[in-house]
Amino acid sequence: MKAVRFIAIAVLLITAFVVLFANYLAPAGYEQQFRDLPQAGPSLHHPLGTDDLGRDCWARLLFGMRVSLTLAPLAAFFTTVLAGLVGGIAGYCGGWIERCCKLLIDFFLSVPWLFLLITVRAVLPLNISPQASVTVTFILLGLLGWAASARIICSGAKDLMKSEFVWMARAAGFSGFKLIRLHLLPNLKGALFAQFWISIPVFIIAEANLGALGLGVAEPLPSLGSLLRELQDAITLRLEPWRLLPLAVLIVVISSFQVLLNKQEVRV
Amino acid sequence: MRRLHLLSAMLLLGCTTLLAQAGGELRFCLRAEPKTFNPLLVEDDASETIRYLTGGVLVRINRITLKPQPELASEWKVSEGGKHIRFKLREGLKYSDGTPFSAADVAYTMSQLMDPALHSSTGDAFRSGEGKVETRVISPSVVEISFPAPVANLVDLFDTVAIMSAKSPQKEMAALGPFYVAERKAGSYILLKRNPYYWKKDSTGKQLPYLDSVRLEIEQNPEIEAMRYKRGEVQLINTVSPAIFEKLSSDSASVRDAGASTDTEQLWFNQVPSAPIPAYKLAWFTSTNFRRAISEAINRADLARIVYHGHAAPAIGIVSPSNKFWFNSNLKPHPYDTASALHRLQQDGFRLQGDTLRDKSGNAVEFSVVTNAGNRSRESMATMIQEDLKKIGIKVNVVALDFNSLLERMTQSFNYEACLLGLQNVDLDPNAQMAVWLSSADNHQWNPRQKSPATAWEAEIDKLMKAQASSGDEHKRKQYWDRVQQIAWDQEPFIYLINKDALVAISPEVKNSEPSVFRPQTFWNVETLALAKAR
Repeated sequence: MKAVRFIAIAVLLITAFVVLFANYLAPAGYEQQFRDLPQAGPSLHHPLGTDDLGRDCWARLLFGMRVSLTLAPLAAFFTTVLAGLVGGIAGYCGGWIERCCKLLIDFFLSVPWLFLLITVRAVLPLNISPQASVTVTFILLGLLGWAASARIICSGAKDLMKSEFVWMARAAGFSGFKLIRLHLLPNLKGALFAQFWISIPVFIIAEANLGALGLGVAEPLPSLGSLLRELQDAITLRLEPWRLLPLAVLIVVISSFQVLLNKQEVRV
Repeated sequence: MRRLHLLSAMLLLGCTTLLAQAGGELRFCLRAEPKTFNPLLVEDDASETIRYLTGGVLVRINRITLKPQPELASEWKVSEGGKHIRFKLREGLKYSDGTPFSAADVAYTMSQLMDPALHSSTGDAFRSGEGKVETRVISPSVVEISFPAPVANLVDLFDTVAIMSAKSPQKEMAALGPFYVAERKAGSYILLKRNPYYWKKDSTGKQLPYLDSVRLEIEQNPEIEAMRYKRGEVQLINTVSPAIFEKLSSDSASVRDAGASTDTEQLWFNQVPSAPIPAYKLAWFTSTNFRRAISEAINRADLARIVYHGHAAPAIGIVSPSNKFWFNSNLKPHPYDTASALHRLQQDGFRLQGDTLRDKSGNAVEFSVVTNAGNRSRESMATMIQEDLKKIGIKVNVVALDFNSLLERMTQSFNYEACLLGLQNVDLDPNAQMAVWLSSADNHQWNPRQKSPATAWEAEIDKLMKAQASSGDEHKRKQYWDRVQQIAWDQEPFIYLINKDALVAISPEVKNSEPSVFRPQTFWNVETLALAKAR
């Protein structure tokens, strides 16, 4: 099991390295069109070949990973902070505040987020850069994805509030921020980390789904989602298996997160 | 021995013919559920397919020769330049439920079609002026239709008028065409069965159609449709995308490039004066020099070669060269010439500063191009245009929107800068373009519903379009329409990009197929299609 965790950490480190140094590792710009070489197979100049428009697939994969693997953790961070705030307040305060928070959580759980994202994308200004557009998409994912995590945090906080050590702390005169800082947060840390790690692959996949609908990242910026969208041509994949690499990368990265996540859950 | 071989070959040929005519079920896909089964209310592709397969028409346009052929009407005579038309009908014909067909059915269909309360777009094509359309039944087999003013291209318009029965209890479901709707499962399939009373016979006297039934499977995803075609589950694909075409042809599946179609793909700039876009951008978009410069900076040959895998040609103008009669052959393709593009921009005060083009007030030239999400060809074209325009210092933002949002921006809020979409030109006659080129028209996309023409060239087009619509002289109409094409070429309110080829897939199982570039490409001669082996 240790070996698996070691491999997972190695995969994530390599991924982080590749993402950080994409500019140096890519043989060409992700938007550069080699119009004489559309849909070329792998070669020395283009290790993964070129796409429909003659753009280097290796460069697009590197930059696509940068976009998805930078912004997904950012969205996961938003989600975790919001879940911690709403869930923590609900669990700590109880009573009508808890009921109000749960109503809010239920409301967010029932929002058809896909349609909301489509609507928000439709009302965004048209002349924003692809980078800004993808950032907004991930922030929206983060702002909409906190509700399920908040339920778990709320339940954890409630259990903690009933625990003996919290009673004793209260009896000793601890209350408010001091109680939260010294007793609640340290004990909820595991659950919050778990929610953070769970959210990352969820958001990468959500962006991939949006990409499949043509609503993720604007051209020419690549993302793992937009690269996965190119796999819709299922007829040719058996003849050009290297085109499956973005999918393989996504599976390996998410699996590595999951392996580390299991470890986190054991700690919780 | 040689004779024996010859005899065997002849026997085999005879067997093939027999097998080919032994009935069976033809299967192909519809991309969506038909919105109506009423042939007078057809507007979408799926309903049009049902109408074509089930509807009996007075006249049918041959999709290869483009000439009208007699169908329910054995002959006709047009008088007063298209103000009257008299049809002599075939006698002894029956609807699929056995109800007899007569001139009264034509009169009933015309009265329904021209009823303003029905809002039939098929009927709109016949509205030539104020006043009623009158249908006179002269005898059970002779009928005359009179219009308040001459209707251009009158005979061809009857290709889309399926004659409904005035008496049948099945109403619009009673069919005079080769098939009738026998079964329907919403979201899954529509089964059409052979019309037992269909009147046409082949040269040997055998009753048509050869097929027993046609099964139309509802399948939205073209990739899945292609997989089903490869597996032999469907035998026709009416429109194949270039990418799928390449893949199917590399797998030795039977696909054919029927030649250049009449469909166009175009880019246009928003010129609506009240549009919520900055005034300086509106000034760019309304400048002919700006539009011509953008047009010259786009490498159309690359679009055709890369996005359409060579199954398209750079577009010249409104009319595709495949529409041989109506195409203005004096027009030549716009050149790809970035130097000339920059020269035109300089004439309007634009200047290149480093890598950025700026207008005379110093604003960097940047605009967004919207297109419909999910259409990969259009998204790819927009991305290539983005790269092309970068070479002359223009920044383009490509935005793919869901179709409803796109329509709302195009037709209601006008909150967009440039748009890339296509037009399917089903009707070859210039009359079909009235809804686009009249300045008052809804589909005059760059500046629709104008109270009076915003520019002198739009006023001239209005005049020419009205003149061609009211003329019965085909050569005069051609002159007017040629002039409209010339103005559109000079002004480029639509920057035409490419004309796609009609790509089709027809299984070797299907015999007697003769694909056309015009809709419905693969099954326009459905009554003579047959299967090599009956299913």
